[in-house]
Amino acid sequence: MTQSKWLKGDVVSGGVLAALGVYIISEAWRWDYSTAEGPGPGFFPIWYGIAMVLLSLVLVVRTASSATAGKSTDWGGIGRALTVWAAFAFAIALMKFIGFLTALALLTLFVVAVMYGRPLKVALAAAIGNAIGFYLVFGFALQLNLPAGPLGF
Amino acid sequence: MEVLSSLGHGFAVAFEPLNLFWCFVGVFLGTVVGVLPGLGPAATIAMLLPLTFNMPPTTAVIMLAGIYYGAKYGGSTTAILLNVPGESASVVTCLDGYQMARNGRGGAALGIAAISSFIAGTVGVVGLMLLAPPLAKFGLSFSSPEYFALMAMGLAMVVLLAGASMIKALLALLVGLWIASIGIDLFSDASRFTFGQSELLDGVDFVIVAIGVFALGEVFGNMEKRGEGTMLPVPKGLRNLLPTMAELKACRFAFLNGSVIGFIIGVLPGAGSTVASFISYGIEKAVSRHPEKFGTGVPEGVAAPEGANNSETGGAMVPLLTLGIPGSGTTAILLAAFILWGLRPGPLMIQDNPELFWGLVASMYVGNIMLLVLNLPLIPLFAQILKLREYFLYPIIFGISIVGVYSVSGSLFDCWLLAVFGLLGYVMRRLDYPSAPLILGLVLGDSMERALRQSLMMSQGDLGILVSRPISATMLILTVLLLFLPLFRKANAWRIKAIEENG
Repeated sequence: MTQSKWLKGDVVSGGVLAALGVYIISEAWRWDYSTAEGPGPGFFPIWYGIAMVLLSLVLVVRTASSATAGKSTDWGGIGRALTVWAAFAFAIALMKFIGFLTALALLTLFVVAVMYGRPLKVALAAAIGNAIGFYLVFGFALQLNLPAGPLGF
Repeated sequence: MEVLSSLGHGFAVAFEPLNLFWCFVGVFLGTVVGVLPGLGPAATIAMLLPLTFNMPPTTAVIMLAGIYYGAKYGGSTTAILLNVPGESASVVTCLDGYQMARNGRGGAALGIAAISSFIAGTVGVVGLMLLAPPLAKFGLSFSSPEYFALMAMGLAMVVLLAGASMIKALLALLVGLWIASIGIDLFSDASRFTFGQSELLDGVDFVIVAIGVFALGEVFGNMEKRGEGTMLPVPKGLRNLLPTMAELKACRFAFLNGSVIGFIIGVLPGAGSTVASFISYGIEKAVSRHPEKFGTGVPEGVAAPEGANNSETGGAMVPLLTLGIPGSGTTAILLAAFILWGLRPGPLMIQDNPELFWGLVASMYVGNIMLLVLNLPLIPLFAQILKLREYFLYPIIFGISIVGVYSVSGSLFDCWLLAVFGLLGYVMRRLDYPSAPLILGLVLGDSMERALRQSLMMSQGDLGILVSRPISATMLILTVLLLFLPLFRKANAWRIKAIEENG
């Protein structure tokens, strides 16, 4: 499925970056551009903010005015990637409550069993093995303090 | 002759069994912390400092310096095999090193990194030995305008790191500058772009962005493909694990470039090994006959930054030992260690403590040989990582990334930032935005802004100060030339095309 030119990634990303540039300029506007000692905290951000807005607009105009249609998008693939990202973020959220090692084991289980469809036995072995390996290297050998759960690991 | 006799005396010190043993311990520990992301040489030296209080100062310095340069060797391993930079200076090694691993040349990439590190590390020590006094003087002549010009030259490297679209590369660079601005402004105490989060007042740590954008972005991108998971190609046989003669030949200039650039940048306080690796990579690409292949897995793309990264260590020791000026976080901790032992690095250091200075220099030669002997046989062992299937490898990368970030600050907030930058890395990959310029902007942004503002304070707002000083003017001219390089290339391509069409 090809995209309309307004849905091209470059147009959307250009728009987002232009908005970021406007945000940078508006924030920098509140800080001193120059002080008695020299340039203030707003000096540098204003200039790169302006550059960001201008370059983003060039990207949007150039893409929107090009005759070629956008590349077809693999929405299924994007969905898979974002699912793994969500699982990764969820594991970080869980770390506070169940500790790093358990959260990593659950994340490993999810990736191996759900995302790659491997048998549960294999996924469980990978999850437990990964957690033990991380404990041995970072917790035991290097004595790093990693977030611990109620069971102390 | 005096240098040679002093060096001979230094070797006598370095070859004492106690010093040899602790030198080995230092380089071994350094290699290990270099391989592990997040646990850098600065933290390791700080942790081990109390253990050295009972040692003779020379032995202690030899061991701690071994950790410092040993970490530079180890940093390339995860960068090449997993696309996870073991320390900040290894980010550039990811660009071609990981691509080499994907092309089945992971072992060769590790070998080139080790050989380049050895050559450049040795050149760095020779430089330290011969050029310490005059180069330290040259480094001292650098003031804010020269630093601004140096940073501008570093930023101009973006034209060499850009992929298909220069606009996207510049936008990525600007986002990097923005991230570098986050936190408290050192000149005015104003908090900038912190979104009301106190955790952002100290800024965003470079490690978080580098691991998120490079390692996690790559993993999320690879997860798009449905399947049982494929392995990265694993080279078979020792011969395929080591670089070929053709690959080593291709790296000839890169070895030299990395050694020289790394040493010079190391001498300049504040520039650091990350800047050195970016600049040497940019130069390598600029002079290459096939610049378009950079980023696809060329051996020169590994040799130049790895060399610069290691040669920088010898350079960084120059201002530390001869002027007492630490150029980086690690050398600052080394300086603290010197002071704790009652030594004061400075112009009289060599004269007052010849045994320590020359013993350290000689131990760095010995340590570099130890590292080569230690690292080359380990390549087949490290290459086994490539045998892991994706569904085993990716959770390990997730774990290493979290540990790498959490061990720096002990903050879960930073782990959330890691997830955000992982998503950013994936989106950039998806939309063909190059990630190296973002990292470049982040690395140089803060120092560049500081140097520019200090320069304008010196001149009371007159921009002329940047071009009225010979060193900064020369570097700014080089910057402009670098920025126009793509136009020259394009014009040359048109000229050749026109000649071909006419003839």
